[in-house]
Amino acid sequence: MAKLRLDWEKVSQAREAARQIAEETHNYTQQFTTTTVERSICRLLGIDGVDALGVPLPNVVVEHLASRQLLGYGASFWLGQACLSLGKEPQEVAEAIARVELDLSQTETIDPFEIRLWAEKKAKEAVAKIHHNRIIREEKLREFGDKTGPLIYVIVATGNIYEDIIQAKAAAKQGAEIIAVIRTTGQSLLDYVPFGATTEGFGGTMATQENFRLMRAALDEVGDEMGRYIRLCNYCSGLCMPEIAVMGAFERLDVMLNDALYGILFRDINMQRTLIDQSFSRMVNAAAGIIINTGEDNYLTTADAYEEAHTVLASQLINEQFALKAGMPEEQMGLGHAFEMNPELKNAFLYEFAQAQMARQIFPKAPLKYMPPTKFKTGDIFKGHVQDALFNMVTVISHQRIHLLGMLTEAIHTPFMADRALAIANARYIATSMADFGDDIEFREGGIMEQRANEVLDLALDLLQSIRRDGLFRTIEEGRFAGIKRPFEGGKGLAGVVLKEDQYLNPFVELLMEESRLGSERFHQQQVQFKQGGIDE
Amino acid sequence: MSSGLYSTRKANIDTTLDLTRLKPYGDTMNDGKVQLSFTLPVPDSEVAVEAAKQLAQKMGLEEPMVAHHAPLDKNFTFFVVYGSLCHTIDYTHIHVDSVDVNVMTMDETDQFIQENFGRKIKVIGASTGTDAHTVGIDAIMNMKGYAGHYGLERYKMIEALNLGSQVTNEDFIRKAVEFDADVLLVSQTVTQKNVHVQNLTELVELLEAERLRNRFLLLIGGPRINHELAKELGCDAGFGPGKYADDVASFFCEELAARKQQNN
Repeated sequence: MAKLRLDWEKVSQAREAARQIAEETHNYTQQFTTTTVERSICRLLGIDGVDALGVPLPNVVVEHLASRQLLGYGASFWLGQACLSLGKEPQEVAEAIARVELDLSQTETIDPFEIRLWAEKKAKEAVAKIHHNRIIREEKLREFGDKTGPLIYVIVATGNIYEDIIQAKAAAKQGAEIIAVIRTTGQSLLDYVPFGATTEGFGGTMATQENFRLMRAALDEVGDEMGRYIRLCNYCSGLCMPEIAVMGAFERLDVMLNDALYGILFRDINMQRTLIDQSFSRMVNAAAGIIINTGEDNYLTTADAYEEAHTVLASQLINEQFALKAGMPEEQMGLGHAFEMNPELKNAFLYEFAQAQMARQIFPKAPLKYMPPTKFKTGDIFKGHVQDALFNMVTVISHQRIHLLGMLTEAIHTPFMADRALAIANARYIATSMADFGDDIEFREGGIMEQRANEVLDLALDLLQSIRRDGLFRTIEEGRFAGIKRPFEGGKGLAGVVLKEDQYLNPFVELLMEESRLGSERFHQQQVQFKQGGIDE
Repeated sequence: MSSGLYSTRKANIDTTLDLTRLKPYGDTMNDGKVQLSFTLPVPDSEVAVEAAKQLAQKMGLEEPMVAHHAPLDKNFTFFVVYGSLCHTIDYTHIHVDSVDVNVMTMDETDQFIQENFGRKIKVIGASTGTDAHTVGIDAIMNMKGYAGHYGLERYKMIEALNLGSQVTNEDFIRKAVEFDADVLLVSQTVTQKNVHVQNLTELVELLEAERLRNRFLLLIGGPRINHELAKELGCDAGFGPGKYADDVASFFCEELAARKQQNN
């Protein structure tokens, strides 16, 4: 692959600044748990379903504990005590709470050591379930092989899961490799996860565990038919990050959007709340072998893509460190960026290419997520198709991994079936025609692209050093990302943040980290086997 | 294939432009040429191609030609069709209700406000309802603006407050009162199943219920918004694609000035 000559000393300085930023933030957030973290633990312990009023049982249990000021000990502590004293399963306990027949503060006191043992046993069962899903994915990838170049990612967004399935299957047959089911607008602000299959949504479909299961089954069916593994993507970001991560782990999703900064800036979710949520949700994603996607591309839809390119790199480096803190290996870090410069800007293609190439070199093992032009799509579908072609070229030449296809009808409607087919045909044409182009060129030393990349790197380093000095929270308060200011105590969801007691119990952290580590080892072995056995395409 | 495929000319077209009988133009006046594409939920076959042709005929296309057809899935086929439209429109009798305003530059607007009001005009904006998209409101309000048109934040005589996305109508009204706004800007990007119409109707009803409707100028914008729809919904103006901060600012300045004069 052609390489830009980057100032690697600055890259390490930037990475070190990002590490310290993540470390400081992590140390702060680790003092707390949240309502959704505890609900996700309920889900991991097997609690599911809704009460007579349609309230999800994890919410019932956690609200029950929060109203008694007990949440700081962790839901698993109280559930363990109740299960041990009553000889019941967590689901039965949750149902009894929903019927107002049980008060967790009134159950017989059990030795905390016994509770810890119970919790560890239950946690192992849950992690075994996640492990089982990982193995299914690994076996399918071993059987069918995995593609080496960019993975073609398209969205479905009909609002109705059954209609989504029709669209998704067609897209898979046309060549899509990742199907993302866009969530209904507004779901990120719900402080619960809806239940069951859903057929109504605006601009997308509810993320529910049943919807995940239905789409997973449909994609397995079409994938098995074609001898390809079709990856499924959904969204963790919002007020229920870790819960949706658990649902994704249980239903074998492969890719999940996971970015607290996105929630803070673009959904006005409280920064403390969502950074705590992010930490546990990334552990779950990591253990499930799910590639996370971060939302840096979104900065460029509000701020200017040329002027603010360095904020993308800075955020990627911070996201990398947060992911490492959650035990996530590099091969699961789908750091985001986008092709969003003004098409009227002279040499915009060179700047986009430089940015993408730089990201590729700075994060060599990460499955980078590259987003198509959206901001400067006008409704002129013919020009839109050409904009997407330029974007596809950069994707292919600079070896991006998650190739989120642009639609010629962007800015008009959510994609029609034919729009998706045209986008896939466009991407495949370029992927074939320019397959080895990136390996056959060299960048001119000190040329426009090399200069641009180093300029962005300089600015990113400055920004990271200033964030390290002031702290991440203050940086966000002052609007240094995407020009959006968010107060430390503002936004949605702060009421769900709870200080951990000394005896706080969460039996999952170490087990999830261990599962991630072992999974990553298997991944690297499989990569070696692919190379030796020529299973690759 | 060679016979006439490349000839778009009909033997007896009258090639004089007649605005009372306007039709599309391909390469010859009054040839009526149109291109369209669509998907039919049937397998790709000769029958499907014939179905596409017959549909095109029903749309008023003479000599429809299926230029391209391809399967999208077992039971879905994509078509690109060309034909000559038989319908015409009397261009001379079209009435359009559009925002009729003399567009001023940023400096002219600032000067206009200074001269007519002697104080800053307060503008509050949001993408309301469940709509998570800020691209529209940002294009109008943010300092940088869009496509070379500076946003309202950059105007010296405008105090702009952008609340961002997913603002409920109730919050929006409350903040507008607190801010003592002169102008409300509402952006609606997600328009699936006409959710924007419901949301805007609710906003107008809430404003009327609280007897606040006449206190503010209410302007709406978005890809599916036009002035006629805005009027229908009880708003003061609607701005569709291709309208920028200067269009919006010019409108509300003139309108506010006109209202002020009426009240005097």
